[in-house]
Amino acid sequence: MASDPSANLLASLTLFADLDTPQLEAIDHTFEEVAFAPGERILRQGISGSNFYVIVEGEAAVRIDGTERATLARGDFFGEMSLLLGEAPSADIVARTALRCLMLPGPDMRGFLLRYPPVMYRMLGTMALRLRAANRSSDGG
Amino acid sequence: MAASAAAERGVGPSPPGHYPVVVVGSGPGALQVCHELDALGIGYAAISADPSPGGMFRKLPIFQRLLSVTKPYAWAEQHARPYEWYDWNSLLSDDPAISALMPSIMDGSSSFPSRPEMERNLATFAERARIPLRYDTPWQSTRQADDGRFVLGTPAGEYTCRVAVFAIGMAEPWRPATPGIGEVPHYVETGPVESYAGKRVFTVGKQNSAFEIATALLPWARQIVMASPRPAKLSVVEHSLTGVRARYLQPYEDAFLANGVFLLDMRIEAIERAGDGYTVRMRGTLDGRELAYAADAVIATTGFSVPLGDLPQLGVATFAQGKQPALTPFWESVSTPGIFFAGTISQAAGGLKKHGIPSNSGAVHGHRYNARVLVRHLARTIFGQELERPRLSRADLVPFLADQLTLAPELWNQRSYLARVVSLEPDDGIRDEGVSPLSHFVDTPGPDAVAVTLEPTPEGHIYPAVYIRRKGAVEERVLDADPLNDYHGAAVQRALEEILAAFD
Repeated sequence: MASDPSANLLASLTLFADLDTPQLEAIDHTFEEVAFAPGERILRQGISGSNFYVIVEGEAAVRIDGTERATLARGDFFGEMSLLLGEAPSADIVARTALRCLMLPGPDMRGFLLRYPPVMYRMLGTMALRLRAANRSSDGG
Repeated sequence: MAASAAAERGVGPSPPGHYPVVVVGSGPGALQVCHELDALGIGYAAISADPSPGGMFRKLPIFQRLLSVTKPYAWAEQHARPYEWYDWNSLLSDDPAISALMPSIMDGSSSFPSRPEMERNLATFAERARIPLRYDTPWQSTRQADDGRFVLGTPAGEYTCRVAVFAIGMAEPWRPATPGIGEVPHYVETGPVESYAGKRVFTVGKQNSAFEIATALLPWARQIVMASPRPAKLSVVEHSLTGVRARYLQPYEDAFLANGVFLLDMRIEAIERAGDGYTVRMRGTLDGRELAYAADAVIATTGFSVPLGDLPQLGVATFAQGKQPALTPFWESVSTPGIFFAGTISQAAGGLKKHGIPSNSGAVHGHRYNARVLVRHLARTIFGQELERPRLSRADLVPFLADQLTLAPELWNQRSYLARVVSLEPDDGIRDEGVSPLSHFVDTPGPDAVAVTLEPTPEGHIYPAVYIRRKGAVEERVLDADPLNDYHGAAVQRALEEILAAFD
């Protein structure tokens, strides 16, 4: 049986900040809460069938070919790139601490974003920030 | 073997004392763990708060037959290993006198056993397997002694062990924090159908338990309203057992025919007493519309949690509002080594959850295999046993893997969760390493090896997947799905040969 986090918890996460209470309650029943031990992999580079995650508690490392590239923390999300591109993840996401996340099954991602445009807009904003950071990094800036 | 170990031990219930393992529970998860411990000669005690075996099946489901099938006449012969694929309710044994018990107990009126039939199935297994369960002995407390051993307190005395396995089910009624919901009966407290004659019945929730009740009340209730924030998910749409099962779809059809059943996607804000009945106040999930419904009866079909007792105080980490323990791929507490979980609770170890589709660990046909893998893991890693790792010739390897993909009930019942592993080390040859959690194989360094399993697509098609581990790196290869699930054909053999060429 799926485990449903509380709407209050969702409201405290930036990604869902623009939704009202009934919408949060609906999302509460759409996502499933999942837990990972330190060192456990959540996304696996090159392995298909992944899902979308939002971190509720703890930290995770982004690793590409074994090299750590970034740290994710509460409110950060991951898995959307591979789902949008229809490809296996290009990085491992590994729990650095005990980690609690909200999980949306990969096949539900498109319908979810279309149903909640404010969430899609927040996600685009975050992705734009990531793109800018990547551009600056590649420019040596 | 199991029978001889049990015979040597005698059949009496486990007295308090020191044991390598203590198993708590007497449902299918506990019984399977006990039988596997017997099979490997690991000493244990087994205790249960209940007066007889069966776990939740002593009382639930309330009205209907089980949701899990047993087909007496299947493609495979009873007692053959592939038959387990078609018999989701029998526990596992290498002993034909104990295996495939369920079909011999069912009366033939349905492929879904009745609750009493399932209870008899489990009681028969416990008796024939001579499991030394001590009933009416509730586990009351847990502490860890200075030497690391666990001490389980019961009214009969203390049980001390190196490993404790809790198979205590997910049967503790759980309610959300909705105002007033504590005043209405939970699913487990639902009355006899006659008591709902002519009434307006409201269920908080739209999952299987709600649909079970609605199905039973269709001939009795005046009106049935089922509400929760999210639309009902159907197993035939979701392609997983987490959705409402096909057997319970009549209320769903009635709702679309406007025939006395209503499915509302609304947030339940409060349940208030109103005379002999209730007023249920709701707000629309998408449109924010307010609605008050006058109900004669309200039933909270809001799910269950694990009765973890004092384990969180011992250090067992939990998630999902404390409802489930956080587990490793081998079902051990991530925070308190030596505490393991079996049975329905084993679903807390989610595995890869490819495409979000969960394992079947929440049902007997899934967790019975977890129990077998768990006990072999205990034997190897804690009790120092060298388990048999049969050698395979290179010529036999592809037919062996094709056999697993076509016939192995572990892989078909626990898709994308359990895998058959074969190691291919230059110095040690080719060895069958048995069944392993797939996430363990994918995530843990180990010798060069190949693991095969079956996996579902989001559309519900099932295909074989092969994971290759070479020099510490794991690569995924998928094969085409066969319309008749037969992977003995030449095309599959060629594909497997091509994959395995990496090791030659």
